[in-house]
Amino acid sequence: MIQKQIDWRKYLIVFLITLGIFLTASYASNYFSNRKINELKSIQDKIAIDILSSETQFSLLTELSCKNISDSVYSPELGELGSKLEWSRNNLGVTPEVSYLRKYYSLLQIKDYLLAKKISERCGVKSSFILYFYIAQENCSECEKESLVLSDLRDKYPELRVYSFDYTTKLGAVEAMLQIYKIKDTELPALVLDDEVLTGFHSVEDLDARIVKSFKLQEKKSINKTNS
Amino acid sequence: MASIPDIMFFVVTFLAIYIQIFFLVTFMDNRNKLVTRRGQTKLASYPAVTVIVPCWNEETTIFATIKSLLALNYPKDKVNIILIDDGSTDNTWEVIKKFVGHSNIKIFHKENGGKHTALNFGLLHTNTEFVGCLDADSLVHPECLVRIMSYFEADRDTMAVVPSVVVYNPKNMIQKAQAFEHFITVFMRKMHGLLGAVSVLPGPFSIYKKKVFDDLGPYRQAYNVEDTEMAYRMQKNHYKIDDCNDAYVYTNMPSTLVKLYRQRLRWIYGIINNIIDYRDVIFKKKYGDFSMIIIPSVIILMFSALYMFGIGVYHLLDFIISKIMKLEIIGFHLSNYFSHFDMFFVPARFSFIIILLVYFFIVLVSTLGRKMVEDKWVISFDAIYFFLIFSFFAPFWLMKAVYNTILSKKPVWR
Repeated sequence: MIQKQIDWRKYLIVFLITLGIFLTASYASNYFSNRKINELKSIQDKIAIDILSSETQFSLLTELSCKNISDSVYSPELGELGSKLEWSRNNLGVTPEVSYLRKYYSLLQIKDYLLAKKISERCGVKSSFILYFYIAQENCSECEKESLVLSDLRDKYPELRVYSFDYTTKLGAVEAMLQIYKIKDTELPALVLDDEVLTGFHSVEDLDARIVKSFKLQEKKSINKTNS
Repeated sequence: MASIPDIMFFVVTFLAIYIQIFFLVTFMDNRNKLVTRRGQTKLASYPAVTVIVPCWNEETTIFATIKSLLALNYPKDKVNIILIDDGSTDNTWEVIKKFVGHSNIKIFHKENGGKHTALNFGLLHTNTEFVGCLDADSLVHPECLVRIMSYFEADRDTMAVVPSVVVYNPKNMIQKAQAFEHFITVFMRKMHGLLGAVSVLPGPFSIYKKKVFDDLGPYRQAYNVEDTEMAYRMQKNHYKIDDCNDAYVYTNMPSTLVKLYRQRLRWIYGIINNIIDYRDVIFKKKYGDFSMIIIPSVIILMFSALYMFGIGVYHLLDFIISKIMKLEIIGFHLSNYFSHFDMFFVPARFSFIIILLVYFFIVLVSTLGRKMVEDKWVISFDAIYFFLIFSFFAPFWLMKAVYNTILSKKPVWR
C-alpha cells in the first residue's frame, strides 16, 4: 500500500503555462491579423494614388489627344484587394478595421468606375462595366453563385470591369447607387450592365452573351463617333 | 461576443493542451531519472518468475513467442513458462506440443473461455513470487525480464511493472501509424509510472507480484480488457505499478483497417465501461494523479477527438460543397487550382495556431517516446500516416464504442 499525494503546485504551474501558451497564440494571431490589415491599407493607399493620378491624367487629357492614354490608368490591384478583403471578412471576422477598409474599397471602386467609364466613352477604349450588388451577412446562396460566375467572366474578358457592392455597406455613395438603380434587398443578387438592371441569378452563358453584345454596341458607338 | 462553438473549441483545446503540458512538465521534472540501459543488466538476486502465455488460434506466432521467452537473459531454472491453449481451432496445440520436454515449460489445453479464464487457469498453477503474462503474438527482448525485475529490486513497494510495447516490424502505413502511436504510449506510460498512475497492464509482458492476485482476486472478464481493469483495481487499492521504459516487447499489430477498427473498438469500449465501473475513483484526492488527471484526461481526449472530428467534417463538407458548386456553375478550369501563392492567404486565426500546437506536441511526445526506446533522436515521417489514419478513423471506433456502451452491446474480440 502506498499513500498518494497531489502536487497542487504543479497543477497550478501547468495551468499558468497553458494560459501563457494561449495568450501567446492569441497575441500571434492578432499580430498576423494586424499585418494583413496593414497590407490591405497599403494596397488601398496605392489604389487611391493610382486613381488620383488617373483623374489628373484624364483632366490633362481633355487638353490632349486620346493617343496619349496608357493602359496604366486602370488600377490592376482593385480585383486583388477585393478578394483579400473578402478573405479577411471570412477569416478575421467583421472587425471595425475590416468594415472600414471595405467602405473605403467601395468608394475606390465607384471612383474607378466613373473614371474608367469616362475614359472609355471619350477615347473608345474597349471595356464593359458590371455593377454587382450582393449581400454578405445573410445567407444568399444565389449571391455566392453569381460571384463565381463574375470572377470566371472577369478571367475570360480582361476588358470587363466588375464592381461589387455589399448591400449593407453604410456609405452614402453606395446608398446613392442603390437609389439610382432602385436595388431592393429582396431581389439580390442584382447586376447593372449598360444601365440595365438584372435581378436574381444569371448564368455564365447568359451574362457572356450580354457582355459580347455590350462590346459590339460600344464598337458601333465608336464607329459612329469617328464618322461624325 | 464569442459564439458557443468558439467557447467549446477554447475549452476543449485548453484542456487538451493542459494535459500535454502536464506530462511534459513531469518529463522535465524527472529527466535525470530516465535511463535507457544498454548491454546486460545484473541483479543481486534472481527471483523465480512464472510467465503465462494464453493462446487462442495463434499457430503462426506462438513458436517465435516461446523461442523469445527461452532466449531471455535470466537463469533458466527461474523462468517457468505456462502455455495454455484456450480451445484453439487451428494448429496452435500441435505447435505448443513441440515444447514438451523443456524442464521449465508446462502446457495445458482447456475449453475456450476467453483470455481472462486462460490467465486465471495459469494463476492456479503458479507458485512463484512473481508472475507475468505474455500475449502469444508478442516477442520479448532478451533483456526484458531482467530489466523489469531490477525495478522490483529497487523498490520493494512496487507490485507490478509494465514494459515498453513497440510495434514489431511495421510494414504498411497502418502498422507504421501504430508504430508512431506506440512511441507516444511509451512516453505517456513512463510519465504515468513516474506519477504512480499507470492505467493499463498490457498483455505483452506485464509482471506482477503474485501477492496482487492473492490479495485482490483473479482477472475479470472486464469487457475484454482485463489488463485495464487490473490496473484500475490496483490503483484503487493503492498498489504501486511502475513502468520500465527500456524493457522491450515487440508486438504484432493489425495490418488492415478492419482489424485495427475491431481491436480499437474493443479497447475503447472496454476503457469506457471500466471508467464507468470505477467512476467512484474520479477526482478523489486519495487516489492521487490517477484520479485527478489520468482518468479525466482519457475522458477529455475522447471528447475532444470527437469534437474536433465534428468540426473537421463540417469544414470538409463545406469545402466539398463549395467546390462542387463552382464546378457546376463555371465548369473545370485548371487555372482555378493553380493560382499564384500569396502569403496573405496563409491562415493566422487563433484556432489554426492552437491546432498546429496540438499537432506539434503530439510529434514531440512520440519523438521523446522513441528516444526512450532507441536512445536516439529520430523525427519519424510515420507521423503523417498516424495523423491521416487516426484523425479519420479513430472517431469512428470511438463513436461506435459510445454507441455500444449506450446500448450495452459488447464488441467481438476480433
